[in-house]
Amino acid sequence: MTIAPPRAAEPLHRALGVTDDELDAIRDRLGRDPNDVELAMFSVMWSEHCSYKSSKPLLATLPTAGAGVVAGPGENAGVISIGDGLAVAFKIESHNHPSAVEPYQGAATGVGGILRDIFTMGARPIAVLDALRFGDPSEARTRHLVDGVVRGVGGYGNCVGVPTVGGELTFDPSYAGNPLVNVMAIGLLEERYLTLAAAPGPGNLVILFGSTTGRDGIGGASVLASATFTDVDASKRPSVQVGDPFAEKLLIEASLELIERGLVEGLQDLGAGGITCATSETADRAGTGMAIDLDAVPRRESGMAAFEVLISESQERMLAIVRPDREAAVREVCERWGIPAAVIGTVSADGDIAVAEGGREIVRIPAPALTSNAIVHRRLATPPARRRSAPAPGAEVEAVDRLPERGMDPGAVLAALLGSPNLASRRPVFEQYDSTVQVNTVVGPGHGAAVLRVKGTSKALVASTDANAGVGAADPWLGAAMSVAEATRNVSITGARPLGVTNCLNFGDPTRPEAFWALSEAVRGLGDACRALGLPVTGGNVSLYNESPAGSILPTPEIGVVGLLDDVASRIGPAFVAEGDTILVAGEAMPGLDGSEYARLGGGAAEDDPPPLDLDRERRLQLFVREGAARRLIASAQDVSGGGLAVAIAECAIWSGLGAAIRVRIGHSPAVDLFGESPSRLVLTTRPRHTPALELLARQFGLPIEVIGSVGGIRLVMDLVGAGATGAAEERGSRVADPIDVALADLRHTWDHGLARALDWEAPASAPEGR
Amino acid sequence: MAVRIGVVVFPGSNCDRDTMHALDLAGAEPVELWHEQAELDGVAGVILPGGFAFGDYLRAGVIARFSPVMRSVTGFAAAGGLVLGICNGFQVLAEAGLVPGALLRNRGLRFLGRDVRIAVEQPDTPFTHLSGPRRPLRMPVAHGEGCYFADAATLDALDAAGQVLFRYVHEDGNVAGETDDPANPNGSLRAIAGVRNGAGNVAGLMPHPERASEAILGSDDGFGLVRSFVEGAAAMAQAGGVLEATAR
Repeated sequence: MTIAPPRAAEPLHRALGVTDDELDAIRDRLGRDPNDVELAMFSVMWSEHCSYKSSKPLLATLPTAGAGVVAGPGENAGVISIGDGLAVAFKIESHNHPSAVEPYQGAATGVGGILRDIFTMGARPIAVLDALRFGDPSEARTRHLVDGVVRGVGGYGNCVGVPTVGGELTFDPSYAGNPLVNVMAIGLLEERYLTLAAAPGPGNLVILFGSTTGRDGIGGASVLASATFTDVDASKRPSVQVGDPFAEKLLIEASLELIERGLVEGLQDLGAGGITCATSETADRAGTGMAIDLDAVPRRESGMAAFEVLISESQERMLAIVRPDREAAVREVCERWGIPAAVIGTVSADGDIAVAEGGREIVRIPAPALTSNAIVHRRLATPPARRRSAPAPGAEVEAVDRLPERGMDPGAVLAALLGSPNLASRRPVFEQYDSTVQVNTVVGPGHGAAVLRVKGTSKALVASTDANAGVGAADPWLGAAMSVAEATRNVSITGARPLGVTNCLNFGDPTRPEAFWALSEAVRGLGDACRALGLPVTGGNVSLYNESPAGSILPTPEIGVVGLLDDVASRIGPAFVAEGDTILVAGEAMPGLDGSEYARLGGGAAEDDPPPLDLDRERRLQLFVREGAARRLIASAQDVSGGGLAVAIAECAIWSGLGAAIRVRIGHSPAVDLFGESPSRLVLTTRPRHTPALELLARQFGLPIEVIGSVGGIRLVMDLVGAGATGAAEERGSRVADPIDVALADLRHTWDHGLARALDWEAPASAPEGR
Repeated sequence: MAVRIGVVVFPGSNCDRDTMHALDLAGAEPVELWHEQAELDGVAGVILPGGFAFGDYLRAGVIARFSPVMRSVTGFAAAGGLVLGICNGFQVLAEAGLVPGALLRNRGLRFLGRDVRIAVEQPDTPFTHLSGPRRPLRMPVAHGEGCYFADAATLDALDAAGQVLFRYVHEDGNVAGETDDPANPNGSLRAIAGVRNGAGNVAGLMPHPERASEAILGSDDGFGLVRSFVEGAAAMAQAGGVLEATAR
């Protein structure tokens, strides 16, 4: 068996993406030269995507222990106990490069892959959140990608019957050649059914069930996910897998039935690396080996070479480890669901992955050599030569100057922000998803964190994804820490206690020292923030080489958080609740506009630092809001993030249909105080009689808190007061201190239509959003 | 004793559990009817739930109608048994010719998941009699092929015979337009959201009453429809006619 290298001059290993050093390391582990089939297996398993060879040393620094953690990193998904014998499984994963090549299938199979990670553990998938990032929405190619990816996420999730309840959609030119499709899935399981991806018990059968194996997705992990795009390359299309959500639906039901009937000793899905990955990982985890008979693998096309069968990434396949006396029962379940199943081998005691074809052994590799003992690279990390300088005094005021036509009128800036592609209503997108199937969705997409009730209990799970890529460009430590702060804050403000963190680290080429520096800084920020907030990192995914000829993406640490609400009836939403309620701001605005939507509106990064983050204050803020919620002092709670305080308040008003009269004290500048995105701030409302108690509680947590107005009317009125307002007003004429005074209906219209207009989609529905 | 309601489960059904959950809440005993089984296990009524019965890559419901269970459901319906199709179940009933009309792709050619409001056009049927005071009912739709279509003569006949059970309406109760009206999410002709057969014992609708059966989910407007069906089926079971018909 030989594999013809595409260019005769190039040695096979290089053509497969294996470096000369890595080839030496493979020889070292085998004690001989690998044959071509073995080399193909190594090329996939030692790819960045499967081996984490660059990021492993960094990820080892993350905190993973925490209350109730049942399964952490290394398993298919993190699992945390939520009481009542139940546990939540969750994980986020990327499908960036496949989605760039073929957006529909790339996104669809991204959903399929992460769902398999969930039900492989014995959990029924109950929700999906999708975090999507694209280039400039005015470009035709971006529109093509958005349309395909959104249809793909929906086409798959809607069909398998898992609601899409949240996520993000962000536009930045850095993603033009390399969009990000990160999908988080959440599952619910009875703890007694927790199933691990291990292959214990020599003599047990290895059963492959699900779809047949074909040539689709050959080298997806190595070719697509682990190399920089030279360009959008149609020749890479065969490396994109093709999704079949109906097959996945059958696989979910069959797998859960197998688990609940106690028929499997271990279960693993086939994703990147296909049979090679599933066999070697399960064997390695159990300290066993496997003898695989390649001829037994059901195929969808003839003439497949051995290496193709071994590394094919055909979708919707599972590997089960089954006691011989249970084979018949497993076959019966698969038959009921109309799923092909085949015994393709047995678990062995020798620790080797041995593959036979036509009765002849063609592969023998120690399982750890493919997985836990794969190569690890120590990459060079160098900060970029041109770091941002310290902010000049009054720099944030200069940023106002970047908006000459709007800078004088805060109301116009607010409207521009609310209608901008990154802040306008996401409804045209999330309406293409089924967000209510499974009848758990208490709060669906569009209004902060998603809330899912847990049937049979009074509890609810709360989930959010967030990434602050804008700040990460200037300071990746800060960007990652802020992402964790924001995602957990979004969970805490519902009254829920965050349980754990999953992450998808989207970065550039790790062999570039600046890109690797950004990754290491981000992992440090992720760890620092999680330690400060007392949260375990239970798993995640690293996606590197997110670069195109136009350059690298912004460092994007996507953070997924799941929290637990003990009493779903006590949940707090972001929208205003009642006329006459007092509006307060907890926390304080800090200078720093870099990375903000306001700066983006001005045509790029401000010549300014991003705002600072005090992790201890963040911790106290989240404790405070949860305590306030528990004492029923809070009517609504909204996070101040994209677009700053003014946008946060406008959203509370738009979502509730209730206006507000506000006085904003301008301590820095109108830009910073109204539109700055400094973290650790909340907009809260409360019944007037509870205001003193809420203020007292904030002070007990050492937090600034201030009454800024009250809920009511059909207009949003913000008066600007204080030294900053008058100072700036004098500097540039009195108009800076003009109040914002706008009809809610106008703001709502702007917010409703911004995204559809940016994408040139048909006019969205004007029916009231939400429930 | 709780009335037994069958819920047909095709391999790609994905609202079967939701429907059974709502039936539980309504005090019924849900009975799973696997698509390969020919017997209806003596149920008093049958619900075809939402989902993508066989993936529905070709067209919604086009394969499901040939399932063994559908032969029994057809017989059950012919004998006067109560049958309700929700979303994909409606599509299957339409493909099987058990209710008039067809469900085309949404006019916007996109899957659409959102809350809609529907008016109960016929409040005195076994599917609607407990739907409460006459007001628009709010519940979700979630489908890609929900545009109700029939020729004009059929539509006239349906209207004349009172076979239109539900129409998409605005919040104020006014019937939605056929085009460019977000209150009619799929562009259904005459804003039809649900119909019944001529005999009045088989009905289908695109919106999901089972997803609007608990206040915690944002609306319990659909629960009256679920309860109507359960009580309607219970009344027929007491009469005994349908049970005998299926036993033959």
